[in-house]
Amino acid sequence: MRVRAVKTIWLREVKVYYRDKGSRISSIARSILWLLVFGGGFGAARFQGLQVGYQEFLFPGIVAMSLLFTSIRSGISVIWDKEFGFMKEILVSPASRFEIMAGKVLGGSTIAMTEAIIILLLGPFVGAKLTVSNVIISIAIMFLTSLSLVSIGLIASSIMKTFEGFNTIMTFLIMPMFFLSGALFPVDKMPSWMAPVVAINPLTYGVDAMRWTLVGIGNHDILTDIGILAVAALATMSLGVRAFNSRE
Amino acid sequence: MYVIETNNLTKKFKDIVAVDGLSIQIGEGEVFGLLGPNGAGKSTTLNMLCTIMKPTSGTAAINGLDVDCHPHEVRQIIGIVFQDTSIDNRLTGRENLQMHAELYGVERKLAKDRIGELLRLVELDDRADEIVKNYSGGMRRRLEIARGLIHHPKVLFLDEPTIGLDPQTRAKIWDYIKRLPTEEKVTIILTTHYMEEAQGLCDCVGIIDHGKIVALGSPKELIREIGEDVASLTLEDKSRAKEFESASFVKKVNVGEQVMLVLTDGASSIPKIFEFAAQKGIKIQSLELRTPTLNDVFLHYVGRDLRHEHSDGKDRLKMTMHRRGMR
Repeated sequence: MRVRAVKTIWLREVKVYYRDKGSRISSIARSILWLLVFGGGFGAARFQGLQVGYQEFLFPGIVAMSLLFTSIRSGISVIWDKEFGFMKEILVSPASRFEIMAGKVLGGSTIAMTEAIIILLLGPFVGAKLTVSNVIISIAIMFLTSLSLVSIGLIASSIMKTFEGFNTIMTFLIMPMFFLSGALFPVDKMPSWMAPVVAINPLTYGVDAMRWTLVGIGNHDILTDIGILAVAALATMSLGVRAFNSRE
Repeated sequence: MYVIETNNLTKKFKDIVAVDGLSIQIGEGEVFGLLGPNGAGKSTTLNMLCTIMKPTSGTAAINGLDVDCHPHEVRQIIGIVFQDTSIDNRLTGRENLQMHAELYGVERKLAKDRIGELLRLVELDDRADEIVKNYSGGMRRRLEIARGLIHHPKVLFLDEPTIGLDPQTRAKIWDYIKRLPTEEKVTIILTTHYMEEAQGLCDCVGIIDHGKIVALGSPKELIREIGEDVASLTLEDKSRAKEFESASFVKKVNVGEQVMLVLTDGASSIPKIFEFAAQKGIKIQSLELRTPTLNDVFLHYVGRDLRHEHSDGKDRLKMTMHRRGMR
C-alpha cells in the first residue's frame, strides 16, 4: 500500500468538503435544531425513568447523528464521482482499489468527525461536562464509529447506480439507523421486535459508548461497545473493499 | 519494437463480438486514428488497451507489457483523455493536476515544474487557480490533455478529443495534439468521428466496422487507393444512383448525403456522366469534381456516412422530415 495514494484521495475528500460551505452549514444547523428544538420540546414533556435531563441524555445521540449523516453521505458521494466521470480517472490510475477505499473511508471519517466535534463543543450549553479526557475518548469513539458508517455508505453506493437512489438510502438506511440506535430514546424500553435491529446497528454501540463517556450512563459496558465497534469497522471495511472491487 | 501491438485482440459481450480479432502495430511517435461508426468497437478497443476491460482472447501489449498480465505497470506509462470529462470540477485546475501527479507517484519537486510547463503548453497558466466549474468545455479538455501528460506517458489515449467543441477551440486542440509527438515524445491513439480531424492529425488510421479493421494505412495511401477523382452528384431521385454502377468509367458508387462516383479517370469522365445520365433519363441537379477525402474512403469501406450515424435522434428526425418535404 502506498501511503501517498491514500493521502491524495483523503486530501481531495477533505478539500471538496471544505469548499462546500452550504451543505456544511446546513448539516451543523440540523444537529443544533435537533438538539435545541427537539430536545427542548421533548425534554419539557418529561420522559419517565431517565436518570438525567432529556437534553443531556439526547446530547451524545445528536453527536452520533451528525456522525451518521455525514459519514454515510460521504460514503455514497462515490455515486456523484461516478456520475461526473471523476471516478474513472482514479480507477485507471496506478492506485489500487484498496488504497482508493482507504482514502475514501479516512476522508469521510475526517469530515464526519469534524462536524461531530463542533456539536460536541456545544455540550456545555445543554448541561454536558467536557473535560480533556472525555473529549479525547469521545473522539476515539467517533473515529471507530465513522469507519463503519462511511464503509456502509460506500457499500450502499455500489448497490445504488444513480443518485436518485439517495432518497431511498435516506429512508431505508439512514433514518432507521438513526431511530434504532438509542440516540433519541432509551433502547431498553423499545418494543421487543425492534431489538434485533438495534443489536446489529453499529451506531447503537457508538451512541452507548459516547453516552458513557459524556453523561455516565449506558446499557453495555464501554469496553464491550468499543470491541463491537472495532469488529464492525473491520467487517464493513472488508465488505466495502469487495464492493469496490466488483465495480466495473 | 512497436509501442502498441495487438494480436487477434477480441472482446465478446455475451453473444455480441464487440472487437473481433484486431491486430494492429503502432510505432513510436506515431499518431494513430481509430475511425468507425458508433458501436463499431472503438471504445471497447481503447478500454482494453488502457486496462479498463479484460480481453476475451488475444493479446495487447504497450511498450512490450501485456495489458492483461501487467495492468498496474501499463497504467504507469499511459495517459488517458476520456470522451466524457473526468475532472473534479470542485477543485482548481492546478489541484486536479497535482492530484494526478500524486496518484501517479511523480516526484514532488519535479511535479511542480512539470505542472507549470504543461499549463503553459495548453495556455491555462493564468486560469490554473480557478475552480474548474468556471471553465468552458474547451478549457476542460485542455486541462485533461495536460493532466494525461504529467507522468510522461509513453502512450496518450484520446477518446473523441474534440467532440462537442466549437470549430475555433477544436483547431486549437488540434494544434496542441500536433505538437505532442515531438515535444513530449509520446505516441498517440485517438478515436474520432471527424474525418478532417483524422486526416489532419493522423500518420495512420484504422477504419473499424463491426469489430474488424476494414482499412489500415496513412490517410494519403487510403485516399490514393480508392482513386484519383470523385464526382459528387445531387440527383433528383437518389434511389437511381446505383444505375451508375454499370457505367464503364465508374469504379464505385457510394450513397451518402450525396451520391459519390469514384471515377477511373477524372475530368474526362464528366461529359460521360452527363451522356450516361441522359440515356438513362436520370436528372442531375448538380455535379462537382473533386479529389477524394478521408470521408470518401470511409464511405467506400463502411458503406454509410459517419455524419448520419453521429447525429442524434432529433437531428435524424429533422433530416427525414426535411427529405420528405423535398419530395
